[in-house]
Amino acid sequence: MTRRSAEDWVGDVLAGDRRALARLITRVENRTPDSHAALAALYPHTGRAYVVGITGAPGTGKSTVVNALTRTLRDRGQTVGVIAVDPTSPFSGGAVLGDRIRMVDLAGDRGVFIRSMANRGSLGGLAATTGDVARVLDAAGFDVVLIETVGAGQSEVDIARMAYTTIVVDAPGMGDDVQAIKAGILEIADILVVNKADRPGAENTVRALRAMLELGHRLRSSLHHGELLLAQPEPDAPAYDFWQVPIVKTVATEHTGLDALADAITQHRAYLDESGLLVERQRAGLEAELAARLREALLARLVHDRTPETLEDVIARVVARQLDPGSAVRALLDGSA
Amino acid sequence: MSEQKIRVLIAKPGLDGHDRGAKVVARALRDAGMEVIYTGLRQTPEMIVEAALQEDVDVIGLSILSGAHMALVPRVFELLRAEGLGDVIVLVGGIIPDDDVAALKELGVSAVFGPGTNTEDTVAHIRNAVASRSAPSS
Repeated sequence: MTRRSAEDWVGDVLAGDRRALARLITRVENRTPDSHAALAALYPHTGRAYVVGITGAPGTGKSTVVNALTRTLRDRGQTVGVIAVDPTSPFSGGAVLGDRIRMVDLAGDRGVFIRSMANRGSLGGLAATTGDVARVLDAAGFDVVLIETVGAGQSEVDIARMAYTTIVVDAPGMGDDVQAIKAGILEIADILVVNKADRPGAENTVRALRAMLELGHRLRSSLHHGELLLAQPEPDAPAYDFWQVPIVKTVATEHTGLDALADAITQHRAYLDESGLLVERQRAGLEAELAARLREALLARLVHDRTPETLEDVIARVVARQLDPGSAVRALLDGSA
Repeated sequence: MSEQKIRVLIAKPGLDGHDRGAKVVARALRDAGMEVIYTGLRQTPEMIVEAALQEDVDVIGLSILSGAHMALVPRVFELLRAEGLGDVIVLVGGIIPDDDVAALKELGVSAVFGPGTNTEDTVAHIRNAVASRSAPSS
């Protein structure tokens, strides 16, 4: 067998070949040089899938919600690509990816493609290449791409820049009201899910989340340039109102509440479409991605252009308090270091 | 920035519920720097091969303690070939009578690991098998 390059798979991926899709995703994850050309060739075929993010603390049932939601979307005639991200061990670089355990209902359905990803040390709840893998699934023609983040705490909010609709999954007993008003992950929710809603305390969780939403009710905001801009309602605002984050109760193991969740996604999508925010979100997401990639590339180039001795020398001078970190950066940038 | 990882699917086909061995191996492979996709109990050969295809794994580890290996393993190979995945390395762990080990290897099983196997041996076997597979071709 001769070695095929990732570029050779582009046509097969566009034609719906699942093996080519899986192999191209591996190249993209590994950032092989040939994957860059393949991504460039696929890019004009992207932008059609609707990207939904699912995040939440470990143990809230994200994977089970993904399983049940995918089933519901399939019943509604949509094909679904799933990316499930789990953490890489910081010690060995290995990972155990166990999200498929909860997704057995999706086996044997060719309208579903599930891919597990290790985050490979990336912070923020996703792997560095998750966005590119989502694009490959988009180009392969899936109607919806569901991205499940690692079990996230309060700062893993990258998903909000990638997804058009972000679902935050909570469950009874995960924290008190103060957790609910802390900044962070709850603020990125377009839809809140209280999973395991048949358990004691579910109503308390719903109440705490509703109180949190009401606190922020008067100033809805939209994510822009990675910062929160406060959106002002126009005096002659069109028919749409500001998005009211719904709280959906589910028991994902029993497939209860999933129709309401799928409906909430449809409503949020319609809201984004009618308000023009979908285009704005896509633009803001791409801008943030460009900035992040540029940062990484410039850092790599700078490190490549300076000798290790130069960098060591600068670090040593900073450690010895002869040079402050700000001046060190300026010296490295203008080449005087 | 290119970074290759060995990807391994650990699956338990058949109807027995003993997954401790599979979990120990999954953890050992993780600690050896591999990415392990763990699919859980009661997987059919169809589910295993579908997961192997989607996850683009280098290796499938089948843990079988039910005695049904001579029915399950041939079926896995049949499906792998049908999907064009004939180059995936297949390992079997669990309770396998000595008489069946040769038959499994005849089918294409790369190695059979019984109770008491040192996980380091499993790690070394996977590294060697993946290296010799990807050296001349892909």
